[in-house]
Amino acid sequence: MFGALPLSASAAELLAWSPPGWGATLIVGLGNTILIALGAYAVGLVIGVLGAFGKLYGGPILRDLLAIYTTLVRAVPELVLLLLITFAAKDAINAVLRSYGYDPIDFSGVVAGIIVLGVVQGAYSTEVLRGAILSVPAGQIEAARAMGMSPMTIAKRITLPLMTSAAVPGLANLWLTVTKDTALLAVIGFIELTKATSLAAATTKAFLVFYLAGGVLYLLLSLVSGVIFGRIEKWARRGQRNAEGGGM
Amino acid sequence: MGKARPTQCRRRWHVTAFLKPHRIVLIAIGLGIIAWCATALNWGWLSTPKYLDVLPLAIWRTIWLTVVTMALGMLLAIPLGLAQASGPWYLSTPARIYCTIIRGTPLLLQLWLLYYGLGSLFPQFPWIRDSFLWPILRQAWPYAVLALTLSVAGYEGEVMRGAFKGVPSGQLEAARAMGMPRFTIFRRIWLPQALHRALPTIGGEAVLQMKSTPLVATITVVDIYSLAKRVTQDTFIVYEPLLLLALVYMILAGFIVLFFRWLENRLPARTA
Repeated sequence: MFGALPLSASAAELLAWSPPGWGATLIVGLGNTILIALGAYAVGLVIGVLGAFGKLYGGPILRDLLAIYTTLVRAVPELVLLLLITFAAKDAINAVLRSYGYDPIDFSGVVAGIIVLGVVQGAYSTEVLRGAILSVPAGQIEAARAMGMSPMTIAKRITLPLMTSAAVPGLANLWLTVTKDTALLAVIGFIELTKATSLAAATTKAFLVFYLAGGVLYLLLSLVSGVIFGRIEKWARRGQRNAEGGGM
Repeated sequence: MGKARPTQCRRRWHVTAFLKPHRIVLIAIGLGIIAWCATALNWGWLSTPKYLDVLPLAIWRTIWLTVVTMALGMLLAIPLGLAQASGPWYLSTPARIYCTIIRGTPLLLQLWLLYYGLGSLFPQFPWIRDSFLWPILRQAWPYAVLALTLSVAGYEGEVMRGAFKGVPSGQLEAARAMGMPRFTIFRRIWLPQALHRALPTIGGEAVLQMKSTPLVATITVVDIYSLAKRVTQDTFIVYEPLLLLALVYMILAGFIVLFFRWLENRLPARTA
């Protein structure tokens, strides 16, 4: 697939866009990393919002189940969960498909990665969002209840808008975590940035060049994310005193 | 110590308040699942001496990696935090850049950079190959320890920066007014109070550190995770080794949490 490069090739030749350079491979890997991170983050946010409301306003059984979920996920390494959920989800979905007479499907790395990292993220964002909901002054929610708003309307109009500014710093940290956690998919062979880097390094034997290049790409991703989240936090804090907030 | 009593009372576990009817049902379901896992699944591989003999060693290696890298990382994190909190710019800027780089790249990449990158660089120098260090540098575990230590130092450095800044300046001014030398102030006032503040965060980081140890299996260090992987490769049993892994890590995480809770309770909590 790739033409061979001499062992003495310079960093510029190694990182060139078109083969035999590996630049395009790294950028495609970065794209996969961002794609999985975005998907997992979205899944995690949905689980987190539901989980946080469930933990605060749910019945005793729901609350205990959510406590078990967040405790388990936060105590077991992501790598182990990744393997467990990948196998379990694959087996479960294929069992369902087989019972309805369909052919079993092969899970793509993207879908498996998004599901697994999303479930892991969900546990952490449940805790972040629970803290953020608690930061909404009780008087605001009581006033909304006194106005006769339904719980859904209260969540939509009062709780969610007011908790955003308190949630943004924690959510920004979670985004940085998920971009780095996508590297775990390299262990199960999915070609995201870390795996692309290691493939390029192993093929060309230019280990330092490629691992440093991969590191720079991750660093750029996290620095750009930091700037974007700084903007979001400023936006979320609009109308508050000390609007300078900023920073994490 | 007298002041710490109320918090201890609040933390005490009330069995009667915990065992509500629905919890008894949940516990029964949980025990049922555990019993089913223990009986219905295939645990035969566990009794073969090939794995059973390595198991304690592998668990020990996971614990060893966590403890050693946390300790070394903290030793690095204290100067890193101090430099960022109050150092001159030529110390604080490199410290900040270091923390940003470590926190901005995945541990797996750092690990592979050190193991494959540095590891491929060393054999080129004959004096390294001839030195007494070479037998150590040829193995994988020094790179695992180095990568985990540098990583946790980056995260803890950030925590310690906040902790050093959080110590009330009145405390340091009082110490200075007493005529304490600078190092004594640091040793007796600043560091203990900063560590005390950071203790809950450090406890959380210790669990995270324990959870990142399985990554060292990717550079051929034999810990509990790589043992489980080997079982799967040898016997094609998928779930049982993973479930055992999850159990081991949960127990270890529980011990870490309990240890830090014990540590926090032992310290008199007057600042809070």
